Amino acid sequence: MDNNEEYQKNLLEFERKIEAEEKIEPRDWMPDAYRHHLIRQMSQHAHSEVIGMQPEGNWVNRAPSLRSKKILIAKIQDEGGHGLYLYYAAETLGVSRDQFVQWLHEGKAKYSSIFNYPSLSWADIGAIGWLVDGAAIVNQVSLCRTSYGPYSRAMVRICKEESFHQRQGYEIMCDMMNGTEDQRKMAQDAMNRWWWPSLMMFGPTDNDSPNSQRAMKWKIKRESNDKLRQKFIDKTMDQAEFIGLTVPDPDLKWNEETQHYDFGQIDWEEFYEVIKGRGPCNRQRLETHIQSHQEGEWVRNSAREYSRMMKEAKKELV
Amino acid sequence: MSNQAETGELWEVFLQSKSGLAFKHAGSVHGSDAEIALQNARDVYTRRNEAVGLWIVPSDQIIAASPSDSESFFDLANDKIYRHPTFYNVPDGVKHM
Repeated sequence: MDNNEEYQKNLLEFERKIEAEEKIEPRDWMPDAYRHHLIRQMSQHAHSEVIGMQPEGNWVNRAPSLRSKKILIAKIQDEGGHGLYLYYAAETLGVSRDQFVQWLHEGKAKYSSIFNYPSLSWADIGAIGWLVDGAAIVNQVSLCRTSYGPYSRAMVRICKEESFHQRQGYEIMCDMMNGTEDQRKMAQDAMNRWWWPSLMMFGPTDNDSPNSQRAMKWKIKRESNDKLRQKFIDKTMDQAEFIGLTVPDPDLKWNEETQHYDFGQIDWEEFYEVIKGRGPCNRQRLETHIQSHQEGEWVRNSAREYSRMMKEAKKELV
Repeated sequence: MSNQAETGELWEVFLQSKSGLAFKHAGSVHGSDAEIALQNARDVYTRRNEAVGLWIVPSDQIIAASPSDSESFFDLANDKIYRHPTFYNVPDGVKHM
């Protein structure tokens, strides 16, 4: 069999598995483009979890009670854990975590644009948990059915943990809306600033999303950006109304015919500006990550050195 | 896959969710030695009481059947349908078998 014939045979078997909803596992044959799409998407996903710790970390020292502080720390630890699930799943594609981190530091890998916005008040911690994690859940529930086995399993694990995040965010918003006039203003202000960036988290509209089609064909993605965005809007609207928050979109209204909410135009120019690195906090986020990675170097070195010495000591005993 | 990373070697993690149940693969962690890898595995995979038992195994020590040969490797069982209880005829009226 020549190379081309072999390739065609492998490709047919790969496509049969995708069609039959069988998962692709690390040692299975897969087209290079499939592998590269996953490497890009999964590492971007992992980086988002880790960079996402920063806007929340900003409020650990200023959390309004011991209870909320403990919860926030647990949530941030979860985000780091989610990053690790995803790095480990991504490593099965043959790229090391050191490499992923290096690509992030060199600006070659991206993370979700949402984390380039600042967390200005305690209400932002509520809005992040409720809206940002809420949007992430819609996306991640869909990704539980992704065709790559390790990615799918990581998503299942993450989804189990995310609902705590969303509830803690919504609880903060509820408490503030039940509080003083100033607190209600803070909550509404956070809503105004986080609503549109949360909608942008689902990515460009389907017509402008070049990578989407192939990803859908190979079942890496299971639902389109627009469909997921609509799902998020439909389920979030009632939650906003219930506690008296106004969604900052005058065009938002229920459409009896489609049984969905219609919504206004998203400012895609802003989205692309932030993606290109010109959002409010892009530089700060990356610098903080690089700095803490460098500051942790002595820990990694000591651990390696300790393990080397222990191995040496064992050898001498034998 | 490179095994010696800056953050230590790669280890596979197996969790037992309840005593009496089988250990199940959960994912992997990095760790420069077994002790650190075990603690990392605890922190990454058992933040919500997911386990009463935890194993780690160096990833390069796992021997796996090759997926490309899996059909011929496993098909020894294909022609032995008499290993399944449904192969046998049981007279009507016989119960609890």
